[in-house]
Amino acid sequence: MNSALLPMFWPFCIFVLMILVIGFYCILVTYNLIRALIGVELLMKAATLLLILVGYITGQTALAQSLVITLIVVEVVVMVVAAGIILRIYSHTDSVDVRDLLKLKDKDKTNA
Amino acid sequence: MLGHLNLLLLIILLVSALWTVLTRSLIRSAIGLALTSAVLAVIIFRLGSPLAAVCELSVCAGLIPVLFVSTISLTHPRTQAEKLEHRRGRLKRFIFLPFVALGLGLFLSLMKLPLNIPSPLAQRVYDVREVIWNMRSLDLIGQVIIFLAGVFGVVILLKEIKSHE
Repeated sequence: MNSALLPMFWPFCIFVLMILVIGFYCILVTYNLIRALIGVELLMKAATLLLILVGYITGQTALAQSLVITLIVVEVVVMVVAAGIILRIYSHTDSVDVRDLLKLKDKDKTNA
Repeated sequence: MLGHLNLLLLIILLVSALWTVLTRSLIRSAIGLALTSAVLAVIIFRLGSPLAAVCELSVCAGLIPVLFVSTISLTHPRTQAEKLEHRRGRLKRFIFLPFVALGLGLFLSLMKLPLNIPSPLAQRVYDVREVIWNMRSLDLIGQVIIFLAGVFGVVILLKEIKSHE
């Protein structure tokens, strides 16, 4: 580990935590499914920055890069499948509002 | 220690993340996300990881916003009455976010950092190709499986939509 780089860890960490909070807040507060997905994406950005930062400070940038590439692959697949699910929900309820998903139960009752 | 340019980039990253969440339009949110990813790619490049920066820039700043824009364009926009109602509720819900984020940043910056981070015991390798292809080759198989799972998932989801129409 490069001890000369250690003082930059905490300032970067503060920004990482702030972006994490922004992502969590977005997921918790919004009713829009697409915006919730944007919140998840922000969480992943914070995780990416933290991984790269730790790799830089410990001198293991190669390992950190391989982990980040794996993370990016997972991120893309999660986003694609989630977007597909949102479109499926939209075709079913005609809305991307989370509150409209509560009506699914009533819909099933009327169909039955 | 942090560097003026790094600090500036981190502030731009934070502001663009805030704008992504706070802006009313979903299209603008998607553009904000692309901007956040682009700034993050520059930071990653400056932290000595060029390959990860290229992946971040091409995939996260290029592909994912396009995915969001196509999802947004496939759903219908709100009516004027819905927009007005949404605007009122939205301000109430999101007004605390800048204060929460900046308050947390201020609180953490005043805290003392425990600087005794243990060094990892993993073998030190300097070439990313060596890590990807030799050390973590099982990860590659996992990535291929995840890709296939994603492709099959989307095919099934979109097929269902088509058959319903």
